[in-house]
Amino acid sequence: MTLDVNKIRNDFPILKRKVNGYPLVYFDNAATSQKPSKVIASITDYYENYNSNIHRGVHTVSQEATDAYENARKKIQKHFNAKHSEEIILTSGTTHSINLVANGFTSLLNCDDEILISELEHHSNIVPWQMMCEKNGAKLKVIPLKDNGELDYESFLKKLSNKTKVVFVNHVSNALGTINPIKKIISESHKLGAAVLIDGAQASSHLKADLQDLNVDFYTTSAHKLCGPTGIGMLYGKKEWLEKLPPYQGGGEMISEVTFEKTTYAELPNKFEAGTPNIVGAIGFGYALDYLNEVGFEKIEAYETELLDYATTRLKSIPNLKIYGEAKNKTSVISFNIGELHSYDLGTILDKYGIAVRTGQHCAQPVMDFFGISGTVRASFSFYNTKEEIDYFYESLKKAVAMLS
Amino acid sequence: MGIIEVQNEIIDEFSLFEDWMQRYEYMIELGKSIELIDSSKKIDSNLIKGCQSKLWLHAELNNNKLIFKADSEAIITKGIAAVLLRVFSNQTPEDILNANLDFVDKIGLKEHLSPTRANGLISMIKQIKYYALAYTKN
Repeated sequence: MTLDVNKIRNDFPILKRKVNGYPLVYFDNAATSQKPSKVIASITDYYENYNSNIHRGVHTVSQEATDAYENARKKIQKHFNAKHSEEIILTSGTTHSINLVANGFTSLLNCDDEILISELEHHSNIVPWQMMCEKNGAKLKVIPLKDNGELDYESFLKKLSNKTKVVFVNHVSNALGTINPIKKIISESHKLGAAVLIDGAQASSHLKADLQDLNVDFYTTSAHKLCGPTGIGMLYGKKEWLEKLPPYQGGGEMISEVTFEKTTYAELPNKFEAGTPNIVGAIGFGYALDYLNEVGFEKIEAYETELLDYATTRLKSIPNLKIYGEAKNKTSVISFNIGELHSYDLGTILDKYGIAVRTGQHCAQPVMDFFGISGTVRASFSFYNTKEEIDYFYESLKKAVAMLS
Repeated sequence: MGIIEVQNEIIDEFSLFEDWMQRYEYMIELGKSIELIDSSKKIDSNLIKGCQSKLWLHAELNNNKLIFKADSEAIITKGIAAVLLRVFSNQTPEDILNANLDFVDKIGLKEHLSPTRANGLISMIKQIKYYALAYTKN
């Protein structure tokens, strides 16, 4: 049975709104996803009925909040098939997660070591590592891109050596939608003793990663990309790795004993969860995963592939339109330019028609530099978008081009 | 023409338009006849910060009047820059410093000049005022 998109759209209150007098056509899902009523209700429910600080209190409400928070962790563990729940660290999102790991590796690597980063990465999976290399002298090497938006796998194999200590690749590229062959990359990296961190922020709303099957060392994601609230995400790390890394932030919760002479640290996961966490965010994260699993990832994947194919065909019929990144495997993202028109101009006019797309460099300047462009228009579709919206997008795009030419 | 007269002229022109499309079409036209910055002046120090597209601005004093020239990669940004240049260019530094921006609201461009917009236009206005300030001190 296929996805019933009209029924699903009823679950998302924001899809009823208008922008500039036109129905909102939300094609900026790679920036953030919209939220279903169940997730929104879970937030109100928490604050109305059982808000309390967690882990520390002996009173009932505190226990209810603690149970809900830890239950969310278990939902995330189950969804991603992590072996232990303490391998799921709740963070404020992917950027925080990556910084946590980069901080951890600062003292573990030195100037004899190399790290390999893909050219496709979002700045959040480049900058923390550059900052780390400045501190410990490790060398940063790049896995190059190919014209079709795929990583040059042969080049990756050549650059991988026994000096390589960590490899970083995104599961799905935010700029182009390319799905990277991470299982192969992980396997090859492990042969040479390198750990692998996969940035799963863009993948998690489209496909379900099985972390044990992938045998990945670190995996990060953000809830707001997968119908969950902002300000919450997770870092998965294999237990052996998380035990090796030193804590990132110091404070309450992450300690075992505190004296001014010496402080000892808590066990996992608390070691990496200093301070009062985003409790309601974690609960919302859990509800978002519940919702997506109810809809069903096979249905989501199949439907989004239909949308991608439909949109690609329609857009390709526009003269001078160029799509960047046409990997064999990609998610429902189309990054494009039309002739010499600047993406900012197209995005501004599309907005007047109620269409939300993203323009610019998408926090992936290396990708833009690779193609020699200043930016693109990026339309990213989700399982609550429709073919009718794509038709409207196509017509509006033609009007925008006419106005700007 | 003084700044206020120019502003009123522009407000009159824009009042003829019934919808955003006509306003934008007009701005795009204005952009095509902007006082274009010399390509030799399209250097990093003349780039306005905070832009998704490159926006250059340069000023020179001539007979106690500041002459501004600009260019942008994005057509709409260029159009709005052209409107701003019509108001501020060929005016004395003192008049530029004293000018307000109420006219922006009246021509329906307020949204484009919000500080959070990634088009750098609010920074461009700041830069225009800085030029005026610099030339006033001299």
